[in-house]
Amino acid sequence: MSTAGWLQAAFLLMVLVAVHVPLGDYMARAFTSDRHWRIEKAIYRTVGIDPDGEQDWRRYLTATLAFTAMSIAALFFLFLWQDLLPWDHGHPGLGWMLALNTAVSFTTNTSWQNYAGETTMGHVSVMAGLGVQAFASAAVGLCVALALVRGLTRHSTKDLGNFWVDLVRSIVRILLPIAAVAGIVLLALGVEQNLHGTQLSPTLAGGAGTQKIVGGPVASWEPIKLMSGDGGGFFNASSAHPFENPNAWSNGIEILLMLLVPVAFIRTFGRLVGSLKQSWTLLTVVGILFVGLLLAASLAQGAHSGTVPTAVGGQTEGTEVRFGVPGSTMFGLSATGSADGAANSSYDSFSSLGGGTLMAAMMLGEIAPGGTGSGLYGLIMIVLVAVFIGGLMVGRTPEYLRKRIGVGEMRYVVSYALVAPTLILVASAIAVALPAGRAGMGNSGAHGLSEVVYAATSTTQSNGSSFGGLSGNTPFYNLGMCVTMLVGRYLPMVFVLALAGRLAGQKPGAVTTGTLRASGVNFVALATGAAVLLALLNFLPALSLGPLADGMR
Amino acid sequence: MRTFRTYFAALKMVIALTLLVGVVYPLATVAVAHVPFLHHQAEGSRIAAGSSLIGQSFTDSQGNAVPQYFQSRPDGEDPTATGASNLGPENVVDTLPTPGDPGKTSLLTNVCTRSVKVGTLEHVSGARPFCTPDGVGAVLGVYYSGGNVGTVTRVVSLNQACPAAPFVATYQGAKVECAKPGEDYSAAVVTPIRGDAPAHPVVPADAVTGSGSGLDPDISPDYARLQAPRVAAARQVPVAEVLKLVHKHTSGRGLGFLGEPAVNVLQLNVDLDRTYPVKAN
Repeated sequence: MSTAGWLQAAFLLMVLVAVHVPLGDYMARAFTSDRHWRIEKAIYRTVGIDPDGEQDWRRYLTATLAFTAMSIAALFFLFLWQDLLPWDHGHPGLGWMLALNTAVSFTTNTSWQNYAGETTMGHVSVMAGLGVQAFASAAVGLCVALALVRGLTRHSTKDLGNFWVDLVRSIVRILLPIAAVAGIVLLALGVEQNLHGTQLSPTLAGGAGTQKIVGGPVASWEPIKLMSGDGGGFFNASSAHPFENPNAWSNGIEILLMLLVPVAFIRTFGRLVGSLKQSWTLLTVVGILFVGLLLAASLAQGAHSGTVPTAVGGQTEGTEVRFGVPGSTMFGLSATGSADGAANSSYDSFSSLGGGTLMAAMMLGEIAPGGTGSGLYGLIMIVLVAVFIGGLMVGRTPEYLRKRIGVGEMRYVVSYALVAPTLILVASAIAVALPAGRAGMGNSGAHGLSEVVYAATSTTQSNGSSFGGLSGNTPFYNLGMCVTMLVGRYLPMVFVLALAGRLAGQKPGAVTTGTLRASGVNFVALATGAAVLLALLNFLPALSLGPLADGMR
Repeated sequence: MRTFRTYFAALKMVIALTLLVGVVYPLATVAVAHVPFLHHQAEGSRIAAGSSLIGQSFTDSQGNAVPQYFQSRPDGEDPTATGASNLGPENVVDTLPTPGDPGKTSLLTNVCTRSVKVGTLEHVSGARPFCTPDGVGAVLGVYYSGGNVGTVTRVVSLNQACPAAPFVATYQGAKVECAKPGEDYSAAVVTPIRGDAPAHPVVPADAVTGSGSGLDPDISPDYARLQAPRVAAARQVPVAEVLKLVHKHTSGRGLGFLGEPAVNVLQLNVDLDRTYPVKAN
């Protein structure tokens, strides 16, 4: 990779680290403030809830699931009947299977798309459908993470906070203000924002006749699509489309937007548990994993080994000239590491090992830095595994932040850790075994398997990026993915909230000399090792048959 | 009862949030987009001939390159169906056309075909590694006596339909056959042949690969420099004058390291038409 490429990566990461401090501190204040803003009070009054009431883990979960169910229903009917709404620009209502898949996909923060945006969605479906769930699904992730943090910081109580307050504050105080500002910045850089349909324009040479210019409210969609961990494109080409991502500056901003909230939330965690050392420790773990993956992906992409890249003289298939290969690789890794899943290039056409690295970033459990909220609770789960292993190795009581991590706690942690691998591997196996699953592959051989494993991983881990060659708009994939997306998102949340409830109920423990210190080089190595070990144990066989076999040929 | 109340509250919350972030926020952004500094971008950066952000093809009605225009990357032309080829790095074997089946070319063959086409247009060599001189992927299907071990028993040039002459006559002592469309060669070991083309071909990488959007508005400065002599000749101006305009429409890296240098093809061509209009014969 070129010097400029490395400088670009270093620069963006430095900006990220600099910005995460004030934003993380602000988020901590937003979540702990006991004052409600006027607009928030209006929402609580309309909805009819008491913002100062607390919920135990079961009621917190019930509220989460109720909000989810209503969100899916609202999206489903919106898509089904979008032709009755204004600014539909002639797009018919979606078929029920695609509508269901898309409703589940955006509510679960996955935003896997079995359709091409510009030829399917009316503007109201984007603004009031996808847009709302981009905000809301990200906020739900933050809510569940907050509940877990309260479980860690409170003791002798059942109370984990109030889902509705966490939800509304996440949106009103954090996501909406950043989106509004970032939207204007992107607009100034060239992202369009209008309510037009498709306009015909003459072309300069005229040989191919007229050209269609597709309008839409893209600038209001783009920042929340990236920040939320949502990632679904307004256009089929997502952030490769010049109207979504017009130049190198917007590309840098979009990379930052994907990483921003998940990374700042680690700082928030430090503030909430009263130990900034903790947040720096976790950020170090995340940084090691992310930079390691970025190095691997960049070297694989820069080496352009493989038949077609050698013939071309570079990994340029499916990339845009203005971003180049480095800008595409970093975007890809940020999109898979952050659970966002946006794309500014074709990941399917990445070099075999480069594409494999993107898959590995998701298989790591979406913790580097992971989704909005979900990244932090995924990370804490890995930390608990590390604490437990570490405690057993040195014969000390496994403790984290003065909470004892005993058998009861580990039961939830291990259940959490098993959901994704089980679901991904079983779903991939079913898809490969059935003719309906194999029919969707766009490439043959090992690369076809990569497409299927990537899809199973992406939908289970709420990522939503794809090896785009897979044709997913079939009954098998539409409905099968609903299962992987729902189970992959909410079953882990159940375990997280149950664990939070159990931790909150513990009496305060005393820090003794027998406590394993959850910071320092040893701990960072232990936690990083635990994350890598879990991912490798689960997924190495699948990776060997897909991208590794493809790349080693 | 309490659960029912929770679900009812959830429904009202979805509606309230829809109003706030699904209606007020995007429409407010649409309203802000009408201020003068933002309006041009908000409308899609439109110019008389399309949008400066959206790539277009500069071909005549037969699809041939118009010589006085710089050519875009090899993409489709329909902005309502954006996207990439999504073909992988080892996608190297074509499905040859048979009566009733148009077939499907592999990514490798697409690259090779484009390279030969660009080479012909610009009067330079279109040779690339793993490509045949006639512009398809140089890929052999090799049959061994023991599956994928043993001696070579039969060799087929998989992407060269009969009666084409295979790009090599023999492979490890066995005669190379041309491929019969429709025949199943899946038992053969797919073996791409590197050939002796230079590792850095004359035709640049972006000229032979599709973009991520299918609408890339830019080409690399290398590809622009390759095209400059042809454009200059068609407009009867010195190449240096054309290169000056190329330079003018090249956006460098932001801060010196963000992104890659890129030449906006449409704006360059519009500027050429204005500065050096084609003289009518």
